[in-house]
Amino acid sequence: MKRGFVRGVVLMCLFPLLAFFVSGCSRVSSSQTAPQDEVVTMWHWLSDKEDLLESLAEQFTKETGIKVKVDVFGPTETYKQKVIASAQTNVLPDIFGVLGDKKDFANFIKVGYVKDLTPYFEQNDGEWLHRFYPDAIKTVSFSKDNEYGIKPGIYGVPLDMVTIQFVYNKDILKQAGLDPEKPPQTMEEFLKAVKTIKEKVGVDGLVTGFGELWLVECMASNFAWNIMGEEKMIATYRGEVKYTDPDWVRVFEVFDKMRKAGVFIPGIVIKSNKEAERDFARGKTAFAFNGSWCVNVYKHMNSNLHFGTMLPPKISDANPVGVWGGAGTFFVVNGKSPRAEKAIEFLKWLTEKDQQVRFVRDANSLPAVKGCEEFLAPEVRGFLKAMNFMYHPRNFPVQEDPLVVDTFCRGIQGIIVGEKTPKDVAEEVQRVKDKQLKKRARR
Amino acid sequence: MWIPGIGFKKQAILKVGRLAIFLPLPFVYREKVSMSSLWNFLFILPALLLFLVFGVYPFYKVFQLSLMEWEGLKGLPMTFVGFRNFWEIFTSDKMWWISMLHAGWITFLALTLQNGVALILALMCARDIRGGHVYRVIFYIPPVLSGIVIGLVWSLIYSYPDGVLNTILVKLGLESWTRPWLGDPKTALNAVAFVHMWKGFGWGFVILLAGLQNIPQQIYEAAKVDGANAWQRFIYITVPMMIPVFVLVAILTILGTMQIYDIIAATTNGGPTGHTEVPVTQILSWMGRRRFGYAAAEGVVFGIILLLSARVLFMVSRKLRQD
Amino acid sequence: MTWTSLYYRAQRFLDYTFTYFVLTFVAILCLYPLWWMFITGLKTDETAFIGLGAIPPHPHWENFYIAWTKGHFGMYFFNSVFYTVVVVFFVVLFSSLAAYAFARLEFPYRRFFYTLLIASMMIPVPGAFIALYVLIDKLGLINTRLGYILPLINAGLPFGIFLLKTFFDKLPRDLEDAARIDGCSRLGIWWHVALPLARPALAVVIIFNTLNVWNEYLLAMLILQDKAKMPLMRGLMVFRGPHSADYALLMAATTITVIPVILVYILMQRHIIKGVTEGALTGI
Repeated sequence: MKRGFVRGVVLMCLFPLLAFFVSGCSRVSSSQTAPQDEVVTMWHWLSDKEDLLESLAEQFTKETGIKVKVDVFGPTETYKQKVIASAQTNVLPDIFGVLGDKKDFANFIKVGYVKDLTPYFEQNDGEWLHRFYPDAIKTVSFSKDNEYGIKPGIYGVPLDMVTIQFVYNKDILKQAGLDPEKPPQTMEEFLKAVKTIKEKVGVDGLVTGFGELWLVECMASNFAWNIMGEEKMIATYRGEVKYTDPDWVRVFEVFDKMRKAGVFIPGIVIKSNKEAERDFARGKTAFAFNGSWCVNVYKHMNSNLHFGTMLPPKISDANPVGVWGGAGTFFVVNGKSPRAEKAIEFLKWLTEKDQQVRFVRDANSLPAVKGCEEFLAPEVRGFLKAMNFMYHPRNFPVQEDPLVVDTFCRGIQGIIVGEKTPKDVAEEVQRVKDKQLKKRARR
Repeated sequence: MWIPGIGFKKQAILKVGRLAIFLPLPFVYREKVSMSSLWNFLFILPALLLFLVFGVYPFYKVFQLSLMEWEGLKGLPMTFVGFRNFWEIFTSDKMWWISMLHAGWITFLALTLQNGVALILALMCARDIRGGHVYRVIFYIPPVLSGIVIGLVWSLIYSYPDGVLNTILVKLGLESWTRPWLGDPKTALNAVAFVHMWKGFGWGFVILLAGLQNIPQQIYEAAKVDGANAWQRFIYITVPMMIPVFVLVAILTILGTMQIYDIIAATTNGGPTGHTEVPVTQILSWMGRRRFGYAAAEGVVFGIILLLSARVLFMVSRKLRQD
Repeated sequence: MTWTSLYYRAQRFLDYTFTYFVLTFVAILCLYPLWWMFITGLKTDETAFIGLGAIPPHPHWENFYIAWTKGHFGMYFFNSVFYTVVVVFFVVLFSSLAAYAFARLEFPYRRFFYTLLIASMMIPVPGAFIALYVLIDKLGLINTRLGYILPLINAGLPFGIFLLKTFFDKLPRDLEDAARIDGCSRLGIWWHVALPLARPALAVVIIFNTLNVWNEYLLAMLILQDKAKMPLMRGLMVFRGPHSADYALLMAATTITVIPVILVYILMQRHIIKGVTEGALTGI
């Protein structure tokens, strides 16, 4: 009696476990058999574009007969972890995205997970290559003599572009008696406009997601580009120019000046970009600093918002002003995939004009290929115009050490909250830089 | 398993180190093995197997990684650096220890304020008042909510100038107190700590309430007869009887609070200027900078500190119970 | 009526008023975010962050329907229920078996294993995800339900064993002896005597693990690939893009995901009070 009961319990526990193991194993083996090989798999992180990409994949299958399976993993941080984890065991899909900086990209190429697409871009007299804006291609390619020792070439396929600019609220400028079609151009004009707006309308000057360090880096880099130009920035990254150089101190001082003029909305240094977008959309500030994706976000949050784009306020006449820009979303083809040809075919098809227009219009983003201008909203075209001023430190032949960038951005945050002086920050950044240089030399 | 990129000698050291885990066995094991005791072993077998596979292996990997320099991708060089990562943590990583201090401060607040409030609420609810169980359910709701929701709601409450908190302050005539609570370096850490305590007091409350209900009512009656007032009853009966409960709650609070992460990620993300940086955010940002070995070393240091503090608390509780 | 009795009455009244005032205040503080979440779920994206908590003049009840269908919650819901039930079942089974053995039975290395299991509760390993992933891949369990379930069971074990062991320690031995005389085996005693008496502690383990499994997201993203195997939290992702978020729908969807957990908690809360009392208090 009792024995039977005991045996029953034991079986009850073991049986489901066994069943799981069997089903688990069979599933794995089935995924490695032949028919599955014909499906091109793509992993992306654009969770708000899940339906769009799936329908595009279906259309592609209809047109070519090649099956494409699109999986989405979000948010961005999770996607990054998933890709890194999968790279350890060779289960990456045929098409995926490498998130991170240029060094991350280079590492993925080094271990063979990214196929060199240069020959495909150059086929048929570069038909594929010529579709794109040159800046979009810059983001996904490695130049000659790059510091990572990667073979020069193009390694990714851009699906859209991003530029980061200042935007302003036209209605608020009008209320303050300023011309909404003529936003400030120099830093003096900008500070004066902020003052007028504060006095007459009573709203704050600028909001942006300075809780996210890359936005701090972006704005500071714009100022540096304007003050000292590309060469000197690169020389700094190489370690030839110090951060205590007067030009760099001037960059830090701009932030101090802006703080003293009350430009920043209180609490700006912890704002995520999403929060900052909410503030601007609800008319809490006259200016914002944001990427081109913001058009869609603002329109969603407040359909009555009238806003325009403007270049970063000019500080010096020595160099032109600059705007960060390049490919926003880009995908790579798995270098170890047996289905690489088909994967490339899919990406080629995705970057045809018709598909680009669908992809870009869905989120009001900037197209990576030329000839889509007429389909864009006017605000998006404002961002597109900035392309003439576009640069990106990620395309420099040398990259700054991540810890230095981190210290640099946190230092600027410290200036904004009034904890640190520009000189303090310059010295602190240089100290970290020296340490990292020494470390690199030791290796 | 052979680790590429390191010499034979180091390989051997690692091999031996791997076996070291079995060293304590002969000392621990003093009981006689009989057939029946082997059958008993089957009871813990499923749990043990799972633990050995899914618990021990990742631990071991993290320990191993902490002695390496590695950029996080298989195929990139994994260099053996010995204890250099640990050396760096103890000698030059100021931010790491600041982040420890932050977590320590939040833990201190949680131990005193959060558990104090939980105790007061538990005392109130233990009085058998009408609707007591409704409150019990409500107080447990914050732990159920996700980090996203909590982050959104609280950054709205704290937001400047028109968040709930600042609006109330203005209405009370305390205009000079208004500020971006999460964005001001002076208040950010405490503001985050408050959200954490708000989320966590439910657990402490439930456990403390249970502890109070466990005290036999007759002791109180006897004390009343002897003329003890409410305060005396609390000090001389409730507190001594509750010491084991306090220790339990303290351990759970320390373990939970030192590892605080999701609330910070959802509100300040370590800002402003690192004033709410905590160990977990530090470890993650080192991984973001591709120093996986260093991040693992920080994880190990963190784990050891937690283990030690839990150990101390266990010892204190044993001591208190003996007295 | 004497002055003294009036005084006592007044004091009692004040006392209770104060108690209720404090309790209600804290209760409001706890409920507000839940209420806000629900209310925001009734708004549009444009009005999502306007107003502090009144029901909007035009509540969009359809948001809940849209969220349910757009997030494919129907499919994920079943998955989550499946994962939760299976994980909780095995955590309860394994940890109660092990806890009973640790509390009552003799076997080699008993204290060593117990310390090992409990210590694993203290050591956090953020960043162990790579190792875990490699391991699951070696076992051939990537993209299988089992590969997701096993680590979750393991994660629930230490707390379960800790709580249940201290509970079993307290069980009266005479009951077991009586059962043994009746011819019960070790497993029989565990089933007929220990488990029924430990029901309150089991309730704690159940609610704790339900909450953990139901809200789990990262591991699912890491290990699973097919949409058809994803748990409920996957559905929330649709409403949050890299740059945009539809907060009204997100909150409606989050409300949907929270309701089952709250229901489980309400069902279990009576047991929880008892379970913690008898389980954990004597433990340390």
